Amino acid sequence: MTTEPVITLRGVRAELGSRPVLRGIDLTVRRGEVVALLGANGSGKSTAVRSVIGQVPVTAGEIELFGTERRRFRDWARVGYVPQRTTAAGGVPATVTEVVSSGRLARTRFGLFRKADREAVRRSLELVGMADRAKDSVDALSGGQHQRVLIARALASEPDLLIMDEPMAGVDLASQEVLADTLRTQVDQGATVLLVLHELGPLEPLIDRAVVLRDGCVLHDGPPPKAVGQHALPGHDHVHPHAPADAGPIRTGLLS
Amino acid sequence: MEILDYAFMQRALLAAVLVGITAPAVGVYLVQRRQALMGDGIGHVAMTGVGLGFLLSWSPVWMAAVVSVVGAVFMELVRWYARTRGDIALAMLFYGGMAGGVMFINLAPGGSTSNLSSFLFGSLSTVSPSDVTAICVLAAFVVLVTVGLRRQLFAVSQDEEFARVTGLPVRFLNLLTAVTAAVTVSVAMRVVGLLLVSALMVVPVAAAQQLTRSFAATFAIAVAIGVSVAVGGTVTSYYQDVPPGATIVLLTIGAFILLTVLAAPLARRRARALAAARPGPDPAECSIPASRAADGKVGA
Repeated sequence: MTTEPVITLRGVRAELGSRPVLRGIDLTVRRGEVVALLGANGSGKSTAVRSVIGQVPVTAGEIELFGTERRRFRDWARVGYVPQRTTAAGGVPATVTEVVSSGRLARTRFGLFRKADREAVRRSLELVGMADRAKDSVDALSGGQHQRVLIARALASEPDLLIMDEPMAGVDLASQEVLADTLRTQVDQGATVLLVLHELGPLEPLIDRAVVLRDGCVLHDGPPPKAVGQHALPGHDHVHPHAPADAGPIRTGLLS
Repeated sequence: MEILDYAFMQRALLAAVLVGITAPAVGVYLVQRRQALMGDGIGHVAMTGVGLGFLLSWSPVWMAAVVSVVGAVFMELVRWYARTRGDIALAMLFYGGMAGGVMFINLAPGGSTSNLSSFLFGSLSTVSPSDVTAICVLAAFVVLVTVGLRRQLFAVSQDEEFARVTGLPVRFLNLLTAVTAAVTVSVAMRVVGLLLVSALMVVPVAAAQQLTRSFAATFAIAVAIGVSVAVGGTVTSYYQDVPPGATIVLLTIGAFILLTVLAAPLARRRARALAAARPGPDPAECSIPASRAADGKVGA
């Protein structure tokens, strides 16, 4: 693993309206790393990744992508972005293939699709297990399936860097496992990943480093909190009764 | 086909075909980005162009094109910079455009508001040879943009944030969409009229959506509907001596209702086919056993 930085944030500040959301963030993601950005709602984690892609204007500080200042960065085919699911909805029906093809545009000249581009779209659909739904309307998909389509769209340009904003939010268990597998494949092939997560969940074994934000500042930057550690994160408000250690196996199935 | 013997009807039919193609072709992107009423706003602004055309004795079609393009660019700028108070600014732009049109046409020598009427609601007999030239040039631009850049415009209209990360020039494409919509208004003005042009942008798309699952099919069917109603409305207008714009719009809405009624059983059949092709999750959990459902003791 080399140490070449892929994403660099230095003293980044950003405001939404006039409210400061990022108050001087330093963050480096190196090639091949999988970094999770954690924190409570309103801690600035989504704003941080959206500042990286240029969707949120930065009031101070520097952002670099692949060693190039973000404003001068043009090689967007190397970046695959998965937005929060709510942002992607048009007023006209669109098929899974049509949506995923948008992700391939960065690799085409003037939007002309060649055979290789169509194959890349098909491959990325296979990666997320949605190839059989290629001709279906995205409106007919479940939340988890829709999320898989958005990830296929990000993968269609065969990126070196994946940026994902809450990829597991509202995703059913089966799709979560598909997503974790897909991500593992990408990481094995050397992809760098920055993802915003509410909790580590099924992605935990993949994550090299966790950066915890609170009130727009970096609170923790290091190995991901293990085992019960995530429950100690600021703002974590899960309440679930823990069975006593000597209790029998928990029976959840109707037939057990 | 005596209808084709008249030169003015040849021009009107050619214009109708071009309107039928261009209005839904732009409209599909406007509907996709949920700006269905944008065409209506541009239509209001274009009235100032028509008025200026009369005042300066220039071609009203070209003047309307210029003014509505300026108006559309302004609307796009408002969308960027004044998100919260944008609707007030747009309202002022629309009514200002309408008032400007009425004012300029009354200032023109020999002009009165009655001259406006053919531009507001469309008129067959007034499509002049120079109008046809302008309409052809403008329609060619619209087709070039909406078909040639369909993947880019689709991506931007579907998900602006993602489009930015693919490196697309999002602002330029947004401006281009607005400008193309403005040009389309000028194309459609002579046949459908400024106040009704937006209907031909939006309703064929809404009608096509009743049948389709893909963007490409929606685009194609919307254009097919657009051409059919534009030509059908023009011919009806000739034989029945009714205003073409109103006829075309009423036909479009009729097509929408027809397709909506036809689509319901189609959607049901499609859902059944889907369920048959893909067996759902284990039925043991959620369905009432047939024996119990049949004896009627279990509430519906």
